[in-house]
Amino acid sequence: MRMSLLAVCLVAVTCAIAGTFVVLRGLAFVGDALAHGVVPGVAVALLAGFSGVLGAAIGAGVMMGGVGVVTRRYRLSSDTAIGLLFVGMLSLGVIIQSRSDSFAGDLTAVLFGEVLGVSNGDLAWQAVALVVIAGVAVVCRRPFLLLSVDEGLAATSGFPVGRYHNVMLAMVALTVVASFQTVGTLLVLGMLVAPAATGALFGRRVASVTAIAAGVGVLSSYIGLLVSYHADLAAGASIVLTSVVIFTVCAGWVELRRWQAHRKDVHHDHDHPHLHEHVHLR
Amino acid sequence: MSASISAARLAVGYGHRPVVSDIDLELLPGQLLVLIGTNGSGKSTLLKTLAGLVAPQEGELSVLGRPAGSSPARVAYLPQHPVSSHTLPLRAHDVVAMGRFARRGLLGRMTRDDVAVIEESMVRTGADAFPHEPLRDLSGGQQQRVHLAQVLSRRAEVLLLDEPTAGLDINGRRLVAELVAEERNRGVTVVMATHELSDADTADTVLLLAQRVVSKGAPSEALTDAALRECFGFTQPH
Repeated sequence: MRMSLLAVCLVAVTCAIAGTFVVLRGLAFVGDALAHGVVPGVAVALLAGFSGVLGAAIGAGVMMGGVGVVTRRYRLSSDTAIGLLFVGMLSLGVIIQSRSDSFAGDLTAVLFGEVLGVSNGDLAWQAVALVVIAGVAVVCRRPFLLLSVDEGLAATSGFPVGRYHNVMLAMVALTVVASFQTVGTLLVLGMLVAPAATGALFGRRVASVTAIAAGVGVLSSYIGLLVSYHADLAAGASIVLTSVVIFTVCAGWVELRRWQAHRKDVHHDHDHPHLHEHVHLR
Repeated sequence: MSASISAARLAVGYGHRPVVSDIDLELLPGQLLVLIGTNGSGKSTLLKTLAGLVAPQEGELSVLGRPAGSSPARVAYLPQHPVSSHTLPLRAHDVVAMGRFARRGLLGRMTRDDVAVIEESMVRTGADAFPHEPLRDLSGGQQQRVHLAQVLSRRAEVLLLDEPTAGLDINGRRLVAELVAEERNRGVTVVMATHELSDADTADTVLLLAQRVVSKGAPSEALTDAALRECFGFTQPH
């Protein structure tokens, strides 16, 4: 249980760093596609008997390359290209896995993870991925921020858009590949988006968005594991659902604050109309 | 004095389809070129070509003596609608600070000069009134002031402004005119796309576009009744 908690906390912090830029740049759909794009890679790896992580990395690479080719060659919008390859890769993964009778359990593990079956090797791999992703985020922070505002702005600031866009996608892909064994390919997107979206509700700087996202991710991991243990629920799904519930509660609270501030303004205007008259007279 | 921007028989467009052809330009430091035309007339495409975002299709183009796009620290570009303005949670101050990234590169430290330039740019545009507000919570006009401050903080020698007065009220428009005048006094060359004919009043050169160059010259030469009728289908009230 302690190993599982440590693993999901590492996943939470990794996803918080990559997820911050996914949310700032609006790449949630890309993250979703990468998460599903790894499935055929893992399936082939399991069939051929090599590392599932390597298979996932190849699957993510094919997905990224495919999106780039379809977008550039056929002048289709990136969400069309992503949608096309996303369903194609997921279907291919399921078909490959369905060719083997013993694959039902493996498919479930790929899609939903095995939080309670984490090994020392998984922990070490996740820690290495965290260090690499943190390093990339620090080094590429400026071009990533410019890309989040406008691609033209990044290009005219001397940062090649294509190169840094690919680095950002590779960072998201590495996050997915490193995390899918723990929380699964379907649920890793939840860890990428929900805590970072909560961070974006309150954070005003990249560091604060990431810090809040990491906090929400770790808290969700702890609560989710606790709930799954006591209520005998699926661990990965409990963690992700907790993070979505935290976002919902926080978003509701922000909305309430806005409503209260609006009411206060209206009452203030009603009580002091002369202030506005004064402004108009000027 | 050497030209900041020079173009000869320049054709701009996307893919194999030219949007505007046969553009000849010669802009000296401190000069203002105003691009006027209907939607889709080629104003933004020409600006993007000058910024190096779109490759020229034909002809010759040099910006500050080099191919367009190869002097990022010396050329600043304001896009028409920065895409994530409505979703970005980052503070206005931090968005303005991004204007210094071209000079500091990937990992260079921000200096005291950078901080001073950022503050000054925010004061000049009025964005200093809301430095800690997230960009997404600002009105369209306030967001535009932040983006203008970011462009000014580049301390560039060439400013490429795509509809800088879009979303601004009368005071905002007056502010843009003042900022452009101040930049020109510093020797900055300004190219501005606009829908407002009045923005061309102080221009050295006006380019009237309608997927081709309808007229070019000083405002009184380029904005004739015949040229305006050909471009827009109506003339300016006298």
